[in-house]
Amino acid sequence: MATKVVMEALSPTMEEGRLVKWSKNEGDQVKSGDVLAEVETDKAVMELVARGDGVLRKRLANEGDASPVGTLLAVIAAPDENIDSIVGSAGAAAPPAAQASQSAPAEQTAQAGSASPAKAGAPNQAVADTRESAGRSSVPQSPAQSQGEASTPPQQKAGAQAPAPPPPSRPAAPPRPTAGPPAAPRGNGASHPAAPAGGRQRTSPLARRLATERGIQLGGIQGSGPGGRIVKRDIENAKAAGGGAGRSAAAERLATEGDFKDVPLTQIRKTIARRLSESNGPVPTFFLTAEFDATRAAELRTQLSEMGDQYKASFNDIVIKAVALALAEHPEVNAHWLGDKIRNFNRIHVAMAVAVEDGLITPVLFDADRMTLWEISAKAKDLAKRARERKLLPEEYTGSTFSVSNLGMFGIDQFTAIINPPEAGIIAIGGVEEKPVVIDGQLEVRQRMRVTMSCDHRVIDGATGAKFLQTVRRYIENPLSLII
Amino acid sequence: MAVLTYRDALTQALREELQRDDRVFLMGEEVAQYNGAYKVSKGLLDEFGPMRIVDTPITELGFAGVGVGAAMVGLRPIVEFMTWNFALLALDEVVNVAAKTLYMSGGQYKMPMVFRGPNGAALQLAAQHSQAWESWLAHIPGLKVCTPGTPADAKGLLKSAIRDDNPVVFLEGEMLYNTKGEVPEGEHIVPIGVADLKREGDHCSLITHGKMALVAMRVADDLAKEGINIDVVDLRTVRPIDVEAIARSVQKTNRAVVLEEGWEICGMGAQVVDFIQRECFDDLDAPVLRVHQEEVPMPYAKNLERAAKPDAGKAVAAIKKVMYLD
Repeated sequence: MATKVVMEALSPTMEEGRLVKWSKNEGDQVKSGDVLAEVETDKAVMELVARGDGVLRKRLANEGDASPVGTLLAVIAAPDENIDSIVGSAGAAAPPAAQASQSAPAEQTAQAGSASPAKAGAPNQAVADTRESAGRSSVPQSPAQSQGEASTPPQQKAGAQAPAPPPPSRPAAPPRPTAGPPAAPRGNGASHPAAPAGGRQRTSPLARRLATERGIQLGGIQGSGPGGRIVKRDIENAKAAGGGAGRSAAAERLATEGDFKDVPLTQIRKTIARRLSESNGPVPTFFLTAEFDATRAAELRTQLSEMGDQYKASFNDIVIKAVALALAEHPEVNAHWLGDKIRNFNRIHVAMAVAVEDGLITPVLFDADRMTLWEISAKAKDLAKRARERKLLPEEYTGSTFSVSNLGMFGIDQFTAIINPPEAGIIAIGGVEEKPVVIDGQLEVRQRMRVTMSCDHRVIDGATGAKFLQTVRRYIENPLSLII
Repeated sequence: MAVLTYRDALTQALREELQRDDRVFLMGEEVAQYNGAYKVSKGLLDEFGPMRIVDTPITELGFAGVGVGAAMVGLRPIVEFMTWNFALLALDEVVNVAAKTLYMSGGQYKMPMVFRGPNGAALQLAAQHSQAWESWLAHIPGLKVCTPGTPADAKGLLKSAIRDDNPVVFLEGEMLYNTKGEVPEGEHIVPIGVADLKREGDHCSLITHGKMALVAMRVADDLAKEGINIDVVDLRTVRPIDVEAIARSVQKTNRAVVLEEGWEICGMGAQVVDFIQRECFDDLDAPVLRVHQEEVPMPYAKNLERAAKPDAGKAVAAIKKVMYLD
């Protein structure tokens, strides 16, 4: 008699589980109590064990899949038993019969990023998987660590969505390395095996770096190296062919391969997101306020304007530069909440809120961390002017990864800004004013500035935001670091 | 600049150092009356006498130990092994005594000595006498290991080795002794641990040491005819290794081949590849390949010996492979 293997409630609050790894293959003989799979619950990684004897005839879930409790995951039956009707009923959930109590296995490995449905049963893929997990299996992992492990590198994602692998024969005139030698290469007609279907896109480390630097998407490139590996010359050719075209469009800019890292949501992150949203509206926001000493920044401003008009910078420029540099040190804050994952951006595009006649608009300083203070100042001035003239192009006010809002010029001491979704945070700047401050037991008059950060708690936890603000403070209170 | 053989460059270094410091002396089998098995000590007995140019019995362990003792009491011995294949018998003195004494005496005993002799394969000396030992010796903390490939480097490194207060292993080559090159006169010092860029090119880095440096330069010349220009990084010293020079080259060329005389497993090339993956991961456009002796004891038969040795043809093929040209 066949036994259905279902996603069991492995913890009291578990509503769904992610199948991390199958421990048995189709066709394996299993006994009641054998570990069939490892499942990540909202709390830990647990073992899913067999509730009957027989042969594991059919696996219905793939590694990496998250399934609600009760979902049919596999069928155990006699070797010749007809299980068509059970397999056909997949989806019609049966409630779990037993309560499991095993603790999490220490040798748990995380999902290998191979959630492709084509994978189960394909022998070459199975070999690749074995190799991939072999290096990890000896490392004990807590569920918290497995969060990082499960993250899919961007190029891996791209590979899965990439068009069919290149034909096995190379073009008649193969692309040459940069400044390649004039001599004809030998073995011109040699063929490279195509990349395995559904496998990850292979890219040489150099090619990956160059693509990132030049804003070229790897997904659209066919690799000319062994196994379809994308190598330096493919990047060079993609560039020549305009692979980086459309880079100015904000959407493209954010989608650029390598500019961000998607972090799949762990069960604990999902639970946090769901619970906090229930409590506090769709964006569960909390606020962190700090008062920075802006005396040195004020002095710097004075000195800069004494040097001439071309060196002038506003407090707003200083704050944007400080925030951009701090974001570079805290990529976890430079993030979007995308519902099913968090996207951490490697590039830093800071939006600044500009009041216009009938509302506000947020033009973006792209790659603000790489701009000098004066570049920021000039660009911000230009954007603000054109914003008020309603002359901004759409790509100039979309695509930001973080925002800054400043009401200091209106005499506001402190305020809380509303997060601009899907961004995870915004910083609100109050006015700089002279205040009495006690320093080393002495009363002094200092220039002070109050800064409030609004944080999406689904992405940013309290300590994370606080550490980020510490870094912002470091830059603003040591403003020379912004210009050297 | 004078053109000298590798042998004469070594003799010059020995003579200059024997003249410069009377604590320096040479000993080994046949070094005195016979002028050295490979004539490296030619004329030195006449010039410096039997107290400083000392013939020993055929007792590698014994005279290596005498050298260690002499170094402990303040002399600066140069111990010649007729070949490093014979020096296996003396490794206890080299590895367990010379390399460890400064450490185990808490710094009380320096070990200013040189162990030198030919290393690696010559022609048809068969399995027991055709071995490259540098990866064994470079494995030992406390030793320095020099592998000069040209006459100028041989002279400059031997002078550095003799002046060093630590035990230095100095690996020469029977097939190198007759090779010629320009050698600076007099005080020519090559510091230990500094590589030399012997050819310059942008397409690939060929990293090598010792006898293979000559092969590597031939590879560079051959490839240049096809328009492929490579860096030849001659490590010259394999402990310590000049990691910066390796990184500088690979970061420029984005691909590398490591050429060595010894076997693959745990060879020097394995260490070089490790440095490359650590220092140059994001610069690599292809996996690093290695060219080395085939994994067999060296055959005696001429054709098999040729097939087992690393050579220019194998290096050229590897370079084209990492350039995705094959």
